[in-house]
Amino acid sequence: MNTMMKVLKYQARDAIRSRWLIAYALFFLVVTDALLRFSGDPVKAQLSLVSIVLFVVPLVAIVFGTVYLYNAREFVELILAQPVDRRQTYCGLYLGLTLPLIVTFVVGLALPFVLNGLDALAWGRLAALLVAGTVLTCVFTAIATSIAVKCEDRLRGLGAAIGVWLLVTIVYDGFVLLVLAVLSDYPLERATLGLMMANPIDIARVGLLLRFDGAAMMGYTGAVFLKFFSGSAGMVVATLALTAWIIAPIAFGVRVFQRKDF
Amino acid sequence: MRTPSLLRPGAAALLLSLAAVTTPALASPVGAAQQVVNVSPTGPVRSIRQALTMVARGGTIIVHPGVYSDTTIVVSLPVTIMGEKYPVLDGDGVRQIMTVTADSVTVRGIAFRNVGVAFTEDLAAIKVVRARYCSISDNRIDNGFFGIYLQEAQYCAVVCNVIRGTHASDATSGNGIHLWHSRDIVIQGNRVSGHRDGIYFEFVRATHVHDNISMGNLRYGLHFMFSDSCDYEGNTFRHNGAGVAVMYTHNVRMVGNHFTDNTGSAAYGLLLKEISDSELRDNIFSGNTSGLYADGATRLNAHHNTFINNGWALKLQSSTEDATFTANNFAGNTFDVSTNSRSANSTFRGNYWSEYQGYDLNRDGVGDVPYRPVRLTSVVVARYEPALILLRSNFLLLMDAAERVLPALTPETLADSAPAMRWVK
Repeated sequence: MNTMMKVLKYQARDAIRSRWLIAYALFFLVVTDALLRFSGDPVKAQLSLVSIVLFVVPLVAIVFGTVYLYNAREFVELILAQPVDRRQTYCGLYLGLTLPLIVTFVVGLALPFVLNGLDALAWGRLAALLVAGTVLTCVFTAIATSIAVKCEDRLRGLGAAIGVWLLVTIVYDGFVLLVLAVLSDYPLERATLGLMMANPIDIARVGLLLRFDGAAMMGYTGAVFLKFFSGSAGMVVATLALTAWIIAPIAFGVRVFQRKDF
Repeated sequence: MRTPSLLRPGAAALLLSLAAVTTPALASPVGAAQQVVNVSPTGPVRSIRQALTMVARGGTIIVHPGVYSDTTIVVSLPVTIMGEKYPVLDGDGVRQIMTVTADSVTVRGIAFRNVGVAFTEDLAAIKVVRARYCSISDNRIDNGFFGIYLQEAQYCAVVCNVIRGTHASDATSGNGIHLWHSRDIVIQGNRVSGHRDGIYFEFVRATHVHDNISMGNLRYGLHFMFSDSCDYEGNTFRHNGAGVAVMYTHNVRMVGNHFTDNTGSAAYGLLLKEISDSELRDNIFSGNTSGLYADGATRLNAHHNTFINNGWALKLQSSTEDATFTANNFAGNTFDVSTNSRSANSTFRGNYWSEYQGYDLNRDGVGDVPYRPVRLTSVVVARYEPALILLRSNFLLLMDAAERVLPALTPETLADSAPAMRWVK
């Protein structure tokens, strides 16, 4: 535990000083503030932020994460020269990367809203956006960390990171739509729910949909989804799926990291 | 409880003049007919039935507080029946409470409760049969099967009644205010809840429905068929099982109504089916799964309405021809317009769309590029329903953007050529 905290502390301090992270915070500050100013309506601004969060957060987490860990390679080699537990070192690296990203995201997104003042509905929606962004950050830094330890070659690693991001943000939903179109004669509501559970971005997106498009979700098909997600079973399954999406890459990364010969 | 600002001047004058006409008293079975008869649980006259045999034509029966349980009261001569502090007429859950068969009958200030439920006849708290100039106002009806039922009635006013049903299923519940084959009726300031249909019209002409609140009904808040030349103003239809459905009618005028929170797969803020030459103005549709569903709404003129936070603001079926949508506001809806055809038979002009991304270079308040309210996503969802779950996914956003540049599946001609840049007042 001690090793993990030490690595975390060093990493986080280093990450906070990174220009990229400052740029990331500034991006959300500027975008949120601009949306608030131009739309003049917090709810409308949040609606636009749904797409931005679902698009940008995974991209930044996975690309920044991969690049950052490649850059920290010398530091890792130095640490591993000491008699330290590799699993703890890995977790330290992961958390040292993830926590600063979460903090920057939350501050960048929430600050303009806090300064602007919000009603109860908008607070609820802001909270949903923050939770979705935070969870997505955790998932995609976990994937980034495992890619960085798995691929020796930086370029391949970065390619893999972007590939994974493309797959889960765009290609996967296209595939789902294709399945729905091809099998349109069958009742697919439940199957669709299953497909959604297999993609972290989709889980986050559906969670946000229920808050932002309540009226549309009351239709027949929507009602099936609504019932599932508003019930405790849906919440449990969604939480388990997201946890699996965080734990699995970390477990994989730890395994590789423990056997890796630096 | 709102009181009506005024009755339709014409109708009110008519009612008053007719109430003033007192016809000579006919010989009644018990002595001379009296102008005023008092009914109270402890007095000499203990039931309205008894009072009806004593009262003069055009006289008044004053019902004092108490609970009256009697066989169905048949009002067959013109009288005013007035309750003091809401005396209760109880139907004991087995019968109709009052039947009005004479012209110029006034019933006010009475609490009706527990009407019988029957599957072969429509039992009501008050049923008016083939009568004219009746006035039913300020009554409370609880647990009625049907509430107020007008059958072949003319020139009547139904005003400020509170009608609350408690039945849980469609089959054991009637309509709050039910009009059949009637004309020139004023329905104003009533509150109807918990019935099958809040307000139901069939074969009704020239009737005014103003300032009523119809909410929490099992099926429709307002339901009418074959009822031409009626107008609906300032009513609120909220949280009804299937919203409001109106069918097979010409010349409907709907102004300043609220259609709110009607949610469900078959719930519509307002469903128009075969409605022609009608006007829809200043209405507010909010929080409905589908705001306005237009199926065969020919020559519909919809302007200055507000559609806000609906799932689908407007579902336009191809059977709707020559409808015009001008100066409406569309804001915060998941889908603004969806349609089942690629051709556009309706005209959109000068509406405000919160999703509009165009610009206004000459600053005249009118967007310089047309707005196409049908998104590819809504076409996809209409075809493959479960695809609703992909809403707001990056994939569909990309497809939407591509479709906007080069329309292939969405109706290219369905566009607002002069979208308003700001909220239309």
